[in-house]
Amino acid sequence: MPGHVDSEEVLKIEDLRKWYPLRRGFFETLLSRDELNVKAVDGISFTVRKGEVLALAGESGSGKTTTGKVLLRLVKPTSGSIFFQGKDITKLSEKELKPLRREMQIVFQDPFESLNPRMTIKEIVAEPIRVQHASANEAELEEMVKKALSDVEVVPPEEFLYRFPHELSGGQRQRVAVARAFVLGPSFIVADEPVSMLDVSIRAEILNLMVDLVKKSSASIIYITHDIALAKHISDRIGVMYLGKMMEMGGSQTIVDLPLHPYTQALIAAVPVPDPESKRTQNVISGEIPSPVFPPSGCRFHTRCPYAHTRCTKEEPALVEVEKDHYVACHLYT
Amino acid sequence: MTANSTVLSVQDLSAYYYTLNGWVRAAESVTFDVEMGQAMGLAGESGCGKTTVAMSLLKILPRGGRIRKGKIIFDGEDLVPLSENEMRKRRWKGISIVFQGAMSAFNPVYKVGDQIAEAIKTHESGVSKADVEERIAKLLETVGIEPSRADNYPHEFSGGMRQRALIAMALAANPKMLIADEPGTALDVIVQAQTLKLLRDLKDRLGLSMIMISHDLSIIAETCEKVAIMYAGRIVEYGDAVSIFKNPMHPYTQGLIKAFPSIKGERVRLTSIPGTPPDLIHPPPACRFNPRCPYVMDICKKIDPQLVEHGEKNHLAACHLY
Repeated sequence: MPGHVDSEEVLKIEDLRKWYPLRRGFFETLLSRDELNVKAVDGISFTVRKGEVLALAGESGSGKTTTGKVLLRLVKPTSGSIFFQGKDITKLSEKELKPLRREMQIVFQDPFESLNPRMTIKEIVAEPIRVQHASANEAELEEMVKKALSDVEVVPPEEFLYRFPHELSGGQRQRVAVARAFVLGPSFIVADEPVSMLDVSIRAEILNLMVDLVKKSSASIIYITHDIALAKHISDRIGVMYLGKMMEMGGSQTIVDLPLHPYTQALIAAVPVPDPESKRTQNVISGEIPSPVFPPSGCRFHTRCPYAHTRCTKEEPALVEVEKDHYVACHLYT
Repeated sequence: MTANSTVLSVQDLSAYYYTLNGWVRAAESVTFDVEMGQAMGLAGESGCGKTTVAMSLLKILPRGGRIRKGKIIFDGEDLVPLSENEMRKRRWKGISIVFQGAMSAFNPVYKVGDQIAEAIKTHESGVSKADVEERIAKLLETVGIEPSRADNYPHEFSGGMRQRALIAMALAANPKMLIADEPGTALDVIVQAQTLKLLRDLKDRLGLSMIMISHDLSIIAETCEKVAIMYAGRIVEYGDAVSIFKNPMHPYTQGLIKAFPSIKGERVRLTSIPGTPPDLIHPPPACRFNPRCPYVMDICKKIDPQLVEHGEKNHLAACHLY
């Protein structure tokens, strides 16, 4: 199933950080001068290859959604760089960014809220075309919209053009959101939990549709998810995040079958298995994800790690390549 | 533990909601049993009626919802004809429920301990203050929370702790049966695994009978001995969990199981069930799955299939294929 993946890079992310300043009361600021920040993303580096589906997996609060938003420059990073088509997009102004915006798109989680209820399906899908002046005339625009809709199997497109989102089912709405994302032929798409709001029986078809569109158009998808079991089956590579850091990254099959980082191992052990006879997970790691305002020193996972030793509390492990195309940030392997 | 003594027996239960457009047939002719000390999983997509069934068992259907027919025999007694007053005595002591959405189930302006105390006091008159406090400490300990945290407010608890405290509260009056409505949803995988482990432990330790409601088949597989798969208000397949997961008979169950790829094993292309769940005001005639079924035959549109055994013992399916 994983198609041919070019090693050509679409995005190169270097030491990316996004800190959100913590809002505090007036008196608190009098008592202490220190600035407190929520370190949502705290120094991650990776590349996104052409035509691949890269899954960013992790618990809530791991920084995966913030990473997605920063990649699209929907929020400005605190530091670090994102190279896209040879340009560092963190340095560009909104005006310089606009022509690049057609290359980067997003599919949101909730198709009930991401489509404007007062716009027709045609207007929704046509909006990116109009914003980018990508069509010469109204007839061409309609052709583009129709093609985008038939690509996502909202067929026959003529029947849907003048309908409103409330007339569509959840699955159809998410297809429209996918059509809107693909209509300009982008180079990469951030899909933030695109199926978690949908019924289980129709999740697969939306995911398959997105993967097929990606393989056909050689765009790339950054698929943000908490469901590592689904990620295994649809993505080419998985990056596991924890408290704003990349803990492990590699091919999907490798990450899930032979995880090296204790956090990845814990995460995978915790996934329920749809087989009543399989061995039940008895060793669930305890505790919950710590606060990103005061992340633990050294390795951020050491407070919950079963193998933690003194070095882990002091020294932060770097993300190193332990075998070909398999990166781990853990002192056990260095 | 006595095996095979039935605690709850639901027979031909139908619950409808009245709307301006007509009756929504949310649950129709639902029949199942729950044995002492066992867990039964109620699985299905959103809108299939699983929460309606749970609410019918406690007779807490929202306004407009009504039990139209059927029997709910709990502990040898039919709950359906009982008055509200009599029903109150059975809730929490007999059957208790953990609602979905741990984040919002507690009242934010009361301490967690006080909210558990309220549950104890309402259901047992004449318990002393010291007794209540001791019970709260014990309940919190049972679910793995430091008893001193009873003085905290819900916002001071993390998501996982709130879910645990909610389970503690449901156990406040020593119920025989616990209904857990989507116990894993809205929790992170690791916290979800912790919660499921807790529920399994409680079941074994206290000999609780449980009904687990979830759209996630993997959660059911991890915790339940028996499964009922619901589709559009009906149970389409019912029986022993191992048998259902190993040898699903109903095309809907087969589709649903395929839609949940296991984390183990090779990468596969995901499959889904084409179409969408039907409108329950005007459900499709006869078998409600017929518009989406890959094996649909003429008979499926005319005659309602009955939920019966097909060969295997303790494994029932409602499908004309067999």
